[in-house]
Amino acid sequence: MRNESTALDGGFSAPVQDAQAVFRAVMDAMARPATIVEIRPPVTPPAPLPPIIGAIASTLLDADTPIWLDPTLGQSPEVGEWLVFHTGASFTDQPGEASFALIGDGSAFPDLDTFAQGTQEYPDRSATLVIAIEAFDGGTPLCLRGPGILDRATIAPRGLPKDFAEQWEENTQRFPRGVDLVLATGDSLVCLPRTARLIAREMEV
Amino acid sequence: MYVAVKGGEAAIDNAHRLLADRRRGDRSVPALTLDQITEQFALGVDRVMSEGSLYDRRLAALAIKQARGDLIEAIFLVRAYRTTLPRFGYSEPVDTGAMLIERRISACFKDLPGGQLLGPTFDYTHRLLDEELDGDPQIAIGERRESLTDAAARVADILGGEGLVEEDVDPAGQSAPGDINHTPSEFPMSRAMRLQSLSRGDEGFLLALGYSTQRGYGRSHPFAGEIRIGEVEMEIIVPELGFAVPLGRIQVTECQMVNQFKGSAKAPPQFTRGYGLVFGQSERKAMAMSLCDRAMRAEELGEDVVAPPQDQEFVISHCDNVQATGFVEHLKLPHYVDFQAELGLVRTMRAEYAQRESTFQTDLQEAAE
Amino acid sequence: MQTHEEIALRRSRMSVLARARTSRLQELWAALDLAPSYQALRGPECGLITLQGRIGGGGEAFNFGEATVTRASVRLEDGSVGHAVALGRDMDKARIAALVDAVCRKPEMATLVDARMIAPLQQELDEADETLRQLTAATRVDFFTMVRGED
Repeated sequence: MRNESTALDGGFSAPVQDAQAVFRAVMDAMARPATIVEIRPPVTPPAPLPPIIGAIASTLLDADTPIWLDPTLGQSPEVGEWLVFHTGASFTDQPGEASFALIGDGSAFPDLDTFAQGTQEYPDRSATLVIAIEAFDGGTPLCLRGPGILDRATIAPRGLPKDFAEQWEENTQRFPRGVDLVLATGDSLVCLPRTARLIAREMEV
Repeated sequence: MYVAVKGGEAAIDNAHRLLADRRRGDRSVPALTLDQITEQFALGVDRVMSEGSLYDRRLAALAIKQARGDLIEAIFLVRAYRTTLPRFGYSEPVDTGAMLIERRISACFKDLPGGQLLGPTFDYTHRLLDEELDGDPQIAIGERRESLTDAAARVADILGGEGLVEEDVDPAGQSAPGDINHTPSEFPMSRAMRLQSLSRGDEGFLLALGYSTQRGYGRSHPFAGEIRIGEVEMEIIVPELGFAVPLGRIQVTECQMVNQFKGSAKAPPQFTRGYGLVFGQSERKAMAMSLCDRAMRAEELGEDVVAPPQDQEFVISHCDNVQATGFVEHLKLPHYVDFQAELGLVRTMRAEYAQRESTFQTDLQEAAE
Repeated sequence: MQTHEEIALRRSRMSVLARARTSRLQELWAALDLAPSYQALRGPECGLITLQGRIGGGGEAFNFGEATVTRASVRLEDGSVGHAVALGRDMDKARIAALVDAVCRKPEMATLVDARMIAPLQQELDEADETLRQLTAATRVDFFTMVRGED
C-alpha cells in the first residue's frame, strides 16, 4: 500500500472560502504589479512545496491545466501526489506544454521563452510561472511601469536568475504573447504580468 | 453619440414577479413535483440533459419546471448551472457493447444475434390521442418473458472481416480528444470535436439537416444499421487509487447509420458509417446526429461538398441552440441608438432619392417641351 | 500494493455503492452500527466529469457531454483511507461510500460489510436488472415466415 498520509493531508479546510480568498489575493496582485500582497496560506503541503505555492496551486489548477515542476519540487513524490489529490492536475515534463509551472528554486529555472508564450490569436494560451524566491528586497531592483502601476513601481526580488532583468525585458517585448509570473515567499506574493515593462535598467546602479 | 438609459428596474422586478406568478398558475391546481417531471416527462428531461450537456435528471426536471416547459430555456439554465461546477476529469470511454439493453433494433439485419428488441417505443402506435390519459387510468405493468442470454452483437462487428463495412479505427496512443468546452471552433474540425458538438446540438436543427440529406442534399443513402438504448456503466481513473472507479450508470441512445458508398480515390466501395451517441432515450436525435456526422465526412471520404449538411462550418456553427437563441433573442435588447443612426441614414437616402427623382422629372419635362 | 483480486473486490463494492439508492445505503450503513469517527480529507464535493464515448462505438475517443459527480475521501482513526466517486449530487451517498471503502481496508471488516451491506444491495440491483431484461425480452420480435405458393 502506498503511503497515503502526506499526500492527502493539508488541503483547503473550507475549499470555497479558502480558494476565493487566495484567488482574490492573486487577482489583486496581478492587477497591481510589483505590489506585495500578503495572505496566510490555508494549506500545509509536504516539503519542499512552500505553503503559499501550494495555496496558489490549489486555487488555480485543475484537470485542464497541465503543470510542470522544476527539479526541486519534481524530485519529491509526496509533492506530486499532494498536487494530484488536491488539484486534479496532470504533469508534463515539457515546459512548453504546461499551463502552470511551479518552481521551487527561483534562482535557476529554464529561460522564460521555453514556456508556452501563447499565440497572437490566443495570447491566453501561455504559461503562468509560480516561483519561490528568497525575499522581495535585497535583489536587483526592477523599476516597472504599465497598467495597474501608478507612475512607476520598484521591487528588488532576491533569488532570481542573474539575467532575470534581460529575460523579463524580452518577455514584455513579446506582448501580447509572453508569460506571467507570480513570485512568492513566506506569506507574500508579487505578480509580474507581461504588461509590466522595465523602464530603466540604469536604476540598478 | 451614446445615450445611457436607465429606468427599467422596477418594471423588470415586477416582470419577474409576474413570471413566477404565471409559472405557478392557478393555485388550486397542485404544483408539479420534480419526481412527476422525471417520471412522466422523461423524454423531455432526456432532451434537456442531452442538449444542456449535463447528465443529471433532477436538475433537468428542475430546469423544465422553472422554464415553464420551454425546453430551450431549460437547456440554457442547465448550461449556465454547468459552468459553476469544477471539472474533476474525464471518464474512461464508454463500452456501449456492454450495455444493459432496453431497446435494440436493426433495419439491416432481421436475425441479428440478440434479436430485435422493440422496448418502450412510439413506433407502431397509431398516433391517436388517448382520451383516457385525460384522467389517471390504471396502467398495467409491462409483460415479462424469460430474459435472453445471448449477447447483442454490434452491427459493425457482424459484417466486419469481409471489409464490406468500414471498421472502427482506434489509433493507439492517441492524445486526448479536443474539447469544445475550452477550444474555440476552428475549421476543419476533428471528427471527435464535431461529434461532441452534434451530441449537444439542437434536435430540430439536426433533424432538418438529416432529412435534407435523404432528400438529396448530400445524398448518402442511409440505413439504420443499429439503434440501441440502455444503461452503460461509466468509470473514471482516480489517480490516488490507481485504477478505474465505477461511477454508476447512465442511459444512452446509440445509432449506427450505415451508408452506401461507391468508393472514391481515397477508399474502396464499401458501406461507410455515421455515428450518434446521446444521453437518455433520444432516438430521433441520435439518428439525426449520425446522418449529419456521415454527411460532414464528405471531404474525408473524397466526396464533393455540395450541400449544407456536408459543410462542417455551417452545421457546427449553427447547431447549438443556446448560441442560436442568444443571438436571435438579443435582437429584443435596446438597439435605440443603432436604430436612430439607421433612421437618419434612410432619411438622408430618401432625400437624395427625392432630389434625383425631381431632377429627372424636370429633365423629362424640359426634353418634352 | 494491492493485488488484482483486492482491486477487483474494491471496484465491485464501489460499483454497487455508486448505483445504490441513498436511502438504502443510509439504512444498511446505520444497521451496521459502525459509525467510525473520521477525518474528511476531501469533500464530499460536487463537480463535473466529462463523459467519453468512442467514434463508431469502438474507435477514437470523443467527449459527448458532462455529468454531475460527487466525491469524498475520508480517513478513519486507525489511518485507513477510503475514497468514493459517484454520479449525481448526493453528498451523503459519497460520504457513506467513502466510509465503507475505508472500513473495508481491514479484511475482517470487509467480510462483515460485504455480507450485511454489499450483498443485499447487489441482490436488489441484480433483481432490478433482471426485471428490466425480462420486460425488454417480452418486446422481442419473433419472426415467422408465412407459407407461400402451392404445397
